[in-house]
Amino acid sequence: MKGRNATQRDFINGLLFSSPWILGFMAFSVYPLISSLYYSLTKFNAVTAPQWVGLDNYKDIFSDPLVWKSLGNTLFMAFVSTPINLFVALLLASIVCANFKGRGFVRTAFFLPSVIPMVAATMVWIWMFDPTYGYINNVLSWFGISGPAWLMDAHYTKWALVLMGTWNTGTMMLVCMSALQSVPRSYYESAEIDGAGKVARFFYITVPCIAHVLVYQAILSTINAFQYFQQVYIIISANAGVKGGSAAGGPENSILMYPLYVFHNAFTYLKMGKASAMAWLLFIIVAILTVIMTKVTRKVTENAGGE
Amino acid sequence: MKNSISKVLFFALVALLALIFISPFMVMVLTSFKTNNDAFTIPVKLFPRVWVKENYPAAFAAIPYFKYMGNTVFITAISLIGQLLVTPMVAYSLVKIKWKGADIISGLVMATMMIPITVTMVPLYKIYSKLGLTNTYIPLILPAFFGKAYYIVIVRQFFAGIPNSLIEAGKIDGATEFQRYYKIALPLCKPVLTTIGIYAFLDAWSDYLYPLIFITKPGMYTLSLGLQQYMSEYSVDWARLMAAAVVFVLPVIVCFAVFQKNFVEGIATSGLKA
Repeated sequence: MKGRNATQRDFINGLLFSSPWILGFMAFSVYPLISSLYYSLTKFNAVTAPQWVGLDNYKDIFSDPLVWKSLGNTLFMAFVSTPINLFVALLLASIVCANFKGRGFVRTAFFLPSVIPMVAATMVWIWMFDPTYGYINNVLSWFGISGPAWLMDAHYTKWALVLMGTWNTGTMMLVCMSALQSVPRSYYESAEIDGAGKVARFFYITVPCIAHVLVYQAILSTINAFQYFQQVYIIISANAGVKGGSAAGGPENSILMYPLYVFHNAFTYLKMGKASAMAWLLFIIVAILTVIMTKVTRKVTENAGGE
Repeated sequence: MKNSISKVLFFALVALLALIFISPFMVMVLTSFKTNNDAFTIPVKLFPRVWVKENYPAAFAAIPYFKYMGNTVFITAISLIGQLLVTPMVAYSLVKIKWKGADIISGLVMATMMIPITVTMVPLYKIYSKLGLTNTYIPLILPAFFGKAYYIVIVRQFFAGIPNSLIEAGKIDGATEFQRYYKIALPLCKPVLTTIGIYAFLDAWSDYLYPLIFITKPGMYTLSLGLQQYMSEYSVDWARLMAAAVVFVLPVIVCFAVFQKNFVEGIATSGLKA
């Protein structure tokens, strides 16, 4: 009887202690998700009440070329930027794992960009990308290369974003770093005795040992690509001069990212129903990616453990 | 011989990479000490031809800089209090109280991390505007008092590493759960509270999207929104903008310099576990 009371008391305590989060979960996750689904079937703006339109918004989405354009841009970031970032992060992590003088300073230099407020960082990059007065093109000119117009030329805008992204891989680097350090030293030692070279050791020992971390980071980075918003919003505002100006997607809409187009639909064009439908499509994509992430990570971890 | 060459090459590569990574900071600081003419003169020089300090007072005068800074400090401080109050409590309930909900809630906490803000922003905007709370700081501050998933995960992991016996010792003395939490568990998790405190500070200080959505009155802007005002003219005064950015970024760099260890640990513990 006493045991039952204790269980009951624990249950009540558990509920009480976690109640702030449960309430927040209802208010900031469940409610918005459900009402977003409802809104996606209606037509409304900030002032008018939602009006039922059935699947019209979804039909509208699929026939809107800009939706596809923005999805394409986002997929570019997801599938071009992610592997590059992962490679850079792994490279930086291997460097800071090595033992040399000034290691602490170098680690700070690599990581610091990740803590800088995105707004400030993006503005510096816009300045550095300036075709005429920017540092990047001036440095390129030392080597006789005449640099492109970067953020003003639709062919280069996304590559400029990719470049910016590599500067911001500090978090990924830290995760890779602690993964690298967790690989047992004895593995390397016995491989060295067997005569395995540095490259062989990297591919046969390091990579399999940290594979689960790499996979997790890759998918996380893909999910983050679907949330890519701030940087392009700031770049476009800077180029257009006006907050939410007419140049809503950058040169030839080349950096109109999916979340940015949702934002414009909601708050610039006041098509909140359509924005909600787009948002739900995004939610489904991210949910699928998340499920894949959990499954794959579990599998990779199991395989690593089974060996 | 071969070894020393590869050592030199390694150092050269590392030095070059480090230089590349800090170059944006150098550009930011050095541009802030240039005259605007200097910044727009070919050939572009990294260092100012003439060092000037005027950009700083000019930047502070061009927009209500200190008002925005005050707004940002206010929002950051309140958010910080909320996060520090709620996060450890929720995390405690997930690993140190034996009840049926713990696993379910732990799973849900992880799941909410994946919900894109793009999905929630329209309904949140709708409800806040219905309640007349847009152009107040409520939408920016309120979520902090309900616990952020990422912080909960970090603190939960920390609590999981604390032996139960340490906390259960309080049971014998007839302490209530809250007393055990407050008197035993909370003091133990000071280091991890520092870590999430720093993250909460950074997140609130740098937040851009929430102010962008909910704050449209210029007098209520935060610094991250305010910085754009240097750009909303026909041309950008880069020297002033960089001066303004330097001051905006400085507290972050100081905080990082002081608490670097906590940063690294927080990411290492939370990023590794799937």
